[in-house]
Amino acid sequence: MEALVHKSDFLTKEEPAVAKPLVLWRPTAKTGVVGWLTTVDHKRIGFLYGISALLFLIVGGLEALFIRIQLAVPNNTFLSAQQYNEMFTMHATTMIFLVVMPLGNAFFNFIMPLQVGARDVAFPRLNAFAYWTFLVGALILNLGWFMKDGAPNAGWFGYAPLTTKAFSPTHAIDMWIMGLQLLGVSSIAGSLNFIVTIINMRAPGMTMMRLPVFTWMTLITSFLIILSFPAITIALIEVMMDRLFETNFFEVSHGGMPILWQHLFWIFGHPEVYILILPAMGIISEILPTFARKPLFGYPIVVFSGASIGFLGFGVWSHHMFTTGLGAVATAAFSLMTMAIAVPTGVKIFNWIGTLWGGHLTMKTPMMFALGFVWMFMLGGFSGIMHSAAPADAQQHGSYFVVAHFHYVLIGGSLFAILAGIQYWIPLITGRMASDFWGKVSFWVIFGGFNITFFPMHFLGLNGMPRRTFTYDGNMGWNQGNFVSTVGACILGVGLAIYLAVILYAYFKGPRAGRDPWDARTQEWSLPTPPPEYNYRVIPTIHARDSWWYAKQHAAEIAKETSEHGKAEEAHGGIHMPFQSIYPFFACVGMFIAALGVAVVDADPGPSLIGKKLAVTLIGAVIMLTGFYLWALEGADGYHLHLEDEPEGKTGAKH
Amino acid sequence: MSSSAAIGAIDHHHDPSTSTGIPNKKLLMWAFLASDCMFFGCLISTHLIYRLHPPPDVPLAKNVFSIELTSFSTFILLMSSLMMALAVNAIQKGNLKSMRWSILTTILFGLIFLGCQVYEFRNFVFEKHMTISNSILGSTFFTLTGTHGIHVLIGVIWLTSMLIYSFTGRLSEKNAIDVESMGLYWHFVDIVWIVIFTAVYLLEYL
Repeated sequence: MEALVHKSDFLTKEEPAVAKPLVLWRPTAKTGVVGWLTTVDHKRIGFLYGISALLFLIVGGLEALFIRIQLAVPNNTFLSAQQYNEMFTMHATTMIFLVVMPLGNAFFNFIMPLQVGARDVAFPRLNAFAYWTFLVGALILNLGWFMKDGAPNAGWFGYAPLTTKAFSPTHAIDMWIMGLQLLGVSSIAGSLNFIVTIINMRAPGMTMMRLPVFTWMTLITSFLIILSFPAITIALIEVMMDRLFETNFFEVSHGGMPILWQHLFWIFGHPEVYILILPAMGIISEILPTFARKPLFGYPIVVFSGASIGFLGFGVWSHHMFTTGLGAVATAAFSLMTMAIAVPTGVKIFNWIGTLWGGHLTMKTPMMFALGFVWMFMLGGFSGIMHSAAPADAQQHGSYFVVAHFHYVLIGGSLFAILAGIQYWIPLITGRMASDFWGKVSFWVIFGGFNITFFPMHFLGLNGMPRRTFTYDGNMGWNQGNFVSTVGACILGVGLAIYLAVILYAYFKGPRAGRDPWDARTQEWSLPTPPPEYNYRVIPTIHARDSWWYAKQHAAEIAKETSEHGKAEEAHGGIHMPFQSIYPFFACVGMFIAALGVAVVDADPGPSLIGKKLAVTLIGAVIMLTGFYLWALEGADGYHLHLEDEPEGKTGAKH
Repeated sequence: MSSSAAIGAIDHHHDPSTSTGIPNKKLLMWAFLASDCMFFGCLISTHLIYRLHPPPDVPLAKNVFSIELTSFSTFILLMSSLMMALAVNAIQKGNLKSMRWSILTTILFGLIFLGCQVYEFRNFVFEKHMTISNSILGSTFFTLTGTHGIHVLIGVIWLTSMLIYSFTGRLSEKNAIDVESMGLYWHFVDIVWIVIFTAVYLLEYL
């Protein structure tokens, strides 16, 4: 980590500008720990998201391997039932909230502002706050591993009343509730920022229908996040009130109804599925045209399909609850809606195939992962359509068939796209190229391992093997499938290890990447690699959908236009940069202490006025609120850079 | 965003530095309120669902509520929205003095509303014996109206800060957008209360 801190590629070498004399401390360090803690640069925040998520990918991957080792042979005793519960709960929670979502966030942060031609997001400090809150939530969620209460063990869906005090008396569930709650705050704060940035901070000429598809999917995903996360926030508040203040939301003896938890959870949970897959679709829609040497086929239809998936995603949640007995009308309606959502998804697949059709395919590593995505995601989609028929779902519910389905869409879909995206953008992010040979090796090992792991699960599920059960008898006919699956999981693990090694090697030792190494089409590739802190020396003017491609075809007139606009910008005060700020981090320290108070400290037995639990919570809350208040008070000021005498992409002078 | 130089009269309804002309802060607030809508929507739905399936031990809401008091506090909260609108109008015209009076009145009305709520909660718990844990009605009622009360309290603290900074010079005509965004929040909290008043209180008297 130390090496990463000092080796910050996103920095220009200029002296930091001197802050205006204020009562409040304005940090100006651009390197070292303080530089990272106080950064408001969307690229560095995106980098932090990426690093944290890749670390959690290792954690979640190890949890998955433990699960597979336990299931390799019948009646295995590698894990106890209790440990197994912790493993599958934390594996799912980690992979969804601490790996796929933050990796999506890493790209939103790093790539989206570059694609719309902005110098930062609309609210840089809010962006930093979103990251630190994410980290606090992730820590709270994983604290249980180091405590006697153990890690959360009630499943990532946390069905009440299993999560109520009567059935889960330890703090493990408190940590799960508090962790998810904070991750929700982080996601909403981040998404609000992305929405404003995309709608309001587009470069001149960048109309909505010229936005790169990745940016479009960022926008739709952000809307899904701000509209669906409140449902789980309320569900978590209700179960937390039940646990802390003995309310009756899920207390059956006082009229509480467990089905309410399921509805609230899945009203969030199903849009969440699209929160995980839409960014992936955006990444694929960037990579396929670049390596097929063709514009994206049917751009407006791809965008519209993404939006329809977003809308329909709010109307299908009860297909997770077909077996709860909703009644014929509700079941039929949700069944139909679920089938309907396959239409825009299929339309996208055909558009990707249309993009490839007749293209000059360049088989680089990102393209391999992207093609793998299209194929594997389709397989996951097919088993998804099988679930949409309620009678079939009643048979598949709670079986390994479902496990196979969502791993095909989450690994074969989301993760493949993210791995493709990392390989695609790594020259831009780090300024270095990754090895194409070893990248392809990692692709084939991952691809093989993934299919060997999850394809047998379809058959295991249809043969009746239930999910979330820590072991099975040897006479059920599940031995072979499980053993093959475990072998596959180990191969998948090796593949991911090769992948990470390739990325790490590229980051430290890879050959320098020049500008635009893939001969790409979108605006972010017009920048030097890695991009300077201010991104664009002159805010670009957009003339076409594939704007950088257009600029390369019209180099002379774009150069003239850029130089004119550069002079005009200089006359208006130069490049505006936001000041760094410590307060988002400061507030999150308080948030961490308060969350510890709520989730970890024991309630006081006696009727004392202020016990230990309340005291810790209040101290944390006061620090947090002080942080918010000082943050508001210091204001959103900034300084200006003047670059007219410097060669492009090199340095900036202080104001 | 980048060039915030104040040249000539300030146009409070259009920000030329953004793609849409809508100031960033206003757009942020609208998006946040959309999210908050879902937040209250889920809480209100919880209340309405449990209202339809009352267990035998639930008290009759009509015997607990005091509609006269709540009607009065609802009226006060509505009037605070009027004063908030006047405050936004005043600062957009650069009339800091008028804004201060309007904000002060908004704060006072907000505090009266909160006072009524504190009185109501105490009355329900100690006289009517409906606590947060002894019935499902108590659980949904206190959680929902308490969450709304916290929203009002945040608004009051926010407005008080603005009032103080209007004297120190930190808040001036340039900050009209800050007051306007705050106004959006305040009106939203009022509208939510109208829904809560209808769905939680008035519904019981049909």
